[in-house]
Amino acid sequence: MSTFLKIRNLTKRYGSLTAVKDLSFDIEEGNVYGILGPNGSGKSTTLGMVLNVINPSGGYFQWFDGQMTTHNALKKIGAIIENPSFYPYMTAVQNLELVCKIKDIPFSKIEEKLELVGLTDRKNSKYSSYSLGMKQRLAIASALLNDPKVLILDEPTNGLDPQGIHQVREIIQKIAGQGTTILMASHLLYEVEKICSHVIIIRNGKKLYEGSVEALDADHGYFEFGVSGDAAELINFLKSSSVFGKVRMDAESKKVTAILNRPMEASEINKMLFEQNIVLAHLVKRKLSLEKRFLELTNNSSN
Amino acid sequence: MLRLLQIEFHKMRFSRATKVLLIIYFSLFFSIILFASIRFKFGNIDFQLADQGIFNFPYIWHFNTYFAAILKIFLALVIVSMISVEYSNRTLKQNLIDGLSKKEFVLSKFYMILAFSVASTLLIFLVSLGLGLIFSDFNEVGIIFSRMEYLGGYFLKLMGFFSFCFFLGVLIKRSAFAIGALFVWWIVESIIKGIMMVQVQKNEITDWLTPFLPLESMGNLVKEPLTKLGIVKSSFNVVKDSNIYWYQILIVLVWTAVFIWGSYVLIKKRDL
Repeated sequence: MSTFLKIRNLTKRYGSLTAVKDLSFDIEEGNVYGILGPNGSGKSTTLGMVLNVINPSGGYFQWFDGQMTTHNALKKIGAIIENPSFYPYMTAVQNLELVCKIKDIPFSKIEEKLELVGLTDRKNSKYSSYSLGMKQRLAIASALLNDPKVLILDEPTNGLDPQGIHQVREIIQKIAGQGTTILMASHLLYEVEKICSHVIIIRNGKKLYEGSVEALDADHGYFEFGVSGDAAELINFLKSSSVFGKVRMDAESKKVTAILNRPMEASEINKMLFEQNIVLAHLVKRKLSLEKRFLELTNNSSN
Repeated sequence: MLRLLQIEFHKMRFSRATKVLLIIYFSLFFSIILFASIRFKFGNIDFQLADQGIFNFPYIWHFNTYFAAILKIFLALVIVSMISVEYSNRTLKQNLIDGLSKKEFVLSKFYMILAFSVASTLLIFLVSLGLGLIFSDFNEVGIIFSRMEYLGGYFLKLMGFFSFCFFLGVLIKRSAFAIGALFVWWIVESIIKGIMMVQVQKNEITDWLTPFLPLESMGNLVKEPLTKLGIVKSSFNVVKDSNIYWYQILIVLVWTAVFIWGSYVLIKKRDL
């Protein structure tokens, strides 16, 4: 397995604002990566830098182990950024022919890719007459013209109607199924969860998490405790134990939550507490949903 | 080079605005020539422009290149819109992502500028040759092909001017504003020229500045030819030096390089 893209300490500053800060990660062959983060977290800026349209302020990136210049590497990849951009006065076919000329490849794939995205019927219509969903699909066809080794997608379903979202997602999954390496930026967690095998979470331009989607999901959960009397003893015990990470009490419901650092069953903790003469009125073990975990990760960094 | 020209040609081929401007340009080109060769007959006035000696070899090279160059503004519109369109449609960004380098992008536009200049020069050569063969009083081969440096001057003038327009297009990104800036710059140059002229007359210094101004230096390559015309020369008795000197060529070449290189630096530095 080889590294397709290596990013090291990539930084972008706009005046006093740092959009991307010391970002490092690798894109390995055959995986589907999702860059996840709220709006304005630096996803598009990061992709813009590796796609040669934004000049980095620091750090570096390297395509295919630095065997070729960036613009030659870009001929081998496919990319869609933000809104699709084509020449409005040209038809779909004419636009794709231009892309072929830039990428230095024959026109032979044009029909096939238009078929894949379902635009064969409208291939001779002017681009300016297309709906947003069709434009986005044409952008995908264009990115696939060279049968790319890596496909880069920036918010591919942004602004589409449900039908359009469904179509685009289906196409992406089809491509991912063929073994194409994909790097996709999105602010939609379930989208990343559905399509990606690996996830990189960033916020305010900093990397918070990098790993497989399963590992992100496989946290050990947390306990929720309730006691009838004073909770101080319980909280002191939980805090002194190495098993638990964060311990906090909800002011309203008077319930104590403690996040687990390692797997533990409810019966086990119940027994331990009973031996400490702490009697529980309420005990539940819960797992953080991926969504909660994501919010936890992104919120923690702001404190 | 061929690949870049093909890319650029493909972009222009389907644009209706470009087509219309090119058709206007070339039809004006021919209509002016037709106009010159028409014989006017209003009652007892019988006048033909061609009879005034404007189509005599080798004077025709100078005359035609000077007047045809006025039409270059139409091609300038094409040049400016060919860059502003890339910004307004965000296709410059898409081109770069598709694997065109910034250098290639600027080069492809520069090649197009060269192609336009070559095409226009070739056309003026053919048209002048044809008109001359019809109307010229002198038809010796030696005279026909003498003083053809004006064609070279014409080519350089167009190339320099289009490079300037290209640079303004890259700098301002909007065609209308870029053309406006061109106009403003022309006024600025005229003012500088006027100030220098007054200074020269007052203090008897030589004008060291005006020949280096971009538009003025391009204009100097093909100076106005009317004072050379028989009737004007005899009635006003002015002698104007309209020869092309190597340093005038050098100034325009330097400006062209500055504009193209400047466009490249702008595109390279900008985040899209």
